[in-house]
Amino acid sequence: MPQITYREAIRHALAEELTRDPNVVVMGEEVAQFNGAYKVTDGLLATFGPTRIVDTPISEAGFIGLGVGASMLGIRPVMELMFWSFYSVAFDQILNNAANVRYMSGGQINCPIVIRGPANGGTSVGATHSHTPENVLANHPGVKVVVPATAYDAKGLLKSAIRDNDPVFFLENTILYGDKGEVPEAEYVIPLGKADVKRVGTDLTIVTYGRCVIHSLKAAEVLAKDHGISVEVVDLRTIRPLDFDTVLASVKKTNRVLIVEEQKPFASVGTQLAYMIQREAFDDLDGPIHRLATIDAPAIYSPPVETEQLPNPGRVIKAVLAAMA
Amino acid sequence: MSKKPSAIADTKAESAVKATDYALAPINAALSSTQRIELYRTMIRIRRFEERSLRAYQGKNPSGGTNIGGFLHLYIGQEAVAVGCCSLMGKNDHVITAYRDHGHAIAVGMDTKPLMAELYGKITGCSKGKGGSMHYFAPDKNFWGGHGIVGGQVPLGTGLAYALKYQGKKGAAMAFMGDGAVNQGAVHEAYNLASLWNLPVVFVIENNGYSMGTSQARSSAGQLAKRAEGYDMAWGQCDGHDVYEVRALMDKHLTLAREQSRPSTVEIDTYRYRGHSVADPDNTYRTKAEIEEYRNKKDPIQVSLHKLLAEGVLTEASADKIDAEARAEAESAADFADASPYPTPDDIQKDVYWESDHPAERKSEGRLFFD
Ligand SMILES: Cc1ncc(C[n+]2csc(CCOP(=O)(O)OP(=O)(O)O)c2C)c(N)n1
Ligand SMILES: [Mg+2]
Repeated sequence: MPQITYREAIRHALAEELTRDPNVVVMGEEVAQFNGAYKVTDGLLATFGPTRIVDTPISEAGFIGLGVGASMLGIRPVMELMFWSFYSVAFDQILNNAANVRYMSGGQINCPIVIRGPANGGTSVGATHSHTPENVLANHPGVKVVVPATAYDAKGLLKSAIRDNDPVFFLENTILYGDKGEVPEAEYVIPLGKADVKRVGTDLTIVTYGRCVIHSLKAAEVLAKDHGISVEVVDLRTIRPLDFDTVLASVKKTNRVLIVEEQKPFASVGTQLAYMIQREAFDDLDGPIHRLATIDAPAIYSPPVETEQLPNPGRVIKAVLAAMA
Repeated sequence: MSKKPSAIADTKAESAVKATDYALAPINAALSSTQRIELYRTMIRIRRFEERSLRAYQGKNPSGGTNIGGFLHLYIGQEAVAVGCCSLMGKNDHVITAYRDHGHAIAVGMDTKPLMAELYGKITGCSKGKGGSMHYFAPDKNFWGGHGIVGGQVPLGTGLAYALKYQGKKGAAMAFMGDGAVNQGAVHEAYNLASLWNLPVVFVIENNGYSMGTSQARSSAGQLAKRAEGYDMAWGQCDGHDVYEVRALMDKHLTLAREQSRPSTVEIDTYRYRGHSVADPDNTYRTKAEIEEYRNKKDPIQVSLHKLLAEGVLTEASADKIDAEARAEAESAADFADASPYPTPDDIQKDVYWESDHPAERKSEGRLFFD
């Protein structure tokens, strides 16, 4: 199977869906002529032309609102946020208009928009550019939230997101863009809301998603080799809808849980997971639910310290050892 | 790409012409007597609907509870704007507005029964009791709401125009907003995108002089529509108390959108007689005398009635009959709303996701809802 990068996988998904459906439009800052701020959309303008690949001014509220309006009339806009961090200036369009229009119209209107872009810390760009808003987004009924960790997942999930009739928010990761993974040449889609057990284990379940999957897999290697601990890694892939059955099955098998997330701890995705695990698997737990999150402060700039603020393999190992103690 | 904001600049001078002349503008001269009467009828239907809704708001239902909750922003006094604009709609023309949306909803042809039922929070409401007064929608009538956040609907309206252009349809979107909304950033982002991309949208500022309790003089620098010039857009301004005048100006702007795919901004002067919403005591920011002045001299329904009587299109008797029918319609809308059932708690989680409403076609897995 060919090895391609996470970035290329996303690009291939865009190209395939642009080819399949003439209503798909890719829009955002620097997506066309500049070939993408992170080169995700590299070459799409040359292939699909300026009607399908559209450069916007720096007007997130304006162009995302425009996408929401266009989607009500049947366009399938795939909007790129240069950073998901910039969602704050388009909050009203994203979470009032896209999220609520179906409900407030009594189900008469759909909003099949995709908003995608990177949402991560770890690149020394400071607090304004390092937000991870998946918890904030997923707090809004009516929306779907996807956070892929691998090239294979990113491609299959983005194709599903573009075909979905509800608004889907797709959170990528600048640090993963260059990571290679096996991606089949034949077309495939991955349904939203399906978790993936990325490593099978017996002693403890790590529930995680996004780049923390990669950290957790690295930690699991070390834990197996040096500590004889067998860790199962469940990658949620989609935050909402949530494949909680896969989480439950794993917890019932290992009886111990660590949630690993690149989120600020308060009211995070992990908070919700912890509630659900205790509610539905209380009797299966051999110990309290543990969590490893970002250290609770705005993202620090200082490069080596930021690495420590975020979850990383070393911190995951420590957290697992604490949970096993 | 048109670069001079001059296409419709002469309309300002035109609006200085005596109001009665607007009946002679080609778009109005072409109206049959029946069509003239329909314009009048729609305005009076809006007025009677809203008066009835206000009585319902102030009254109690048979079990002693409230009929209508929350906000009720009445359009009374502004009817000629929505009726004039929406009367020009062709099959590819679309409308979006803010929360003061009852007039637009009736003007695009929505049935008043589900509109009243929506106010009552009933399942028979146009949004199944899920939207309320501020959130009316009728995609089958090209009406895309009904939006509660000041200015937030304007990028959406621009997106409707984008879709028309993308799909090669010859039509226009009308994005209505209040005089207060022009100070929202989203509106300016939308102006720029519309002009930059040559989108067929008309931004309609309904200038009723106040944003809640703040007068235009206390909130906005400069002439509102003139801000269009900064975006190389044409703009026009007119008096909104005469439905013919509204139509005469809007016809030009809609034509610019449909024929040349150029956006423009229109500022229509109007006035609301009632408070901002029903909870506004309306005694802090304007005088009773000012309200009376408008009511007595510029009421759009009276202006229209006098013209139709003078034109011989209506008689006192036929006008009375239209009014009686409008009152009866409002009354039966209230009866319908009153007699309709509320949604049940089981309805709360319907209409959230397309997928949860279409389980047979659902492609995603996992839990969509949480408790
Ligand atoms: C973003 C936002 N800020 C404030 C409000 C509260 N609010 C609702 S209507 C209104 C006044 C708006 O006035 P205008 O745009 O002139 O419209 P009008 O009410 O006169 O039709 C305000 C302040 C709101 N709904 N949304
Ligand atoms: Mg106003």
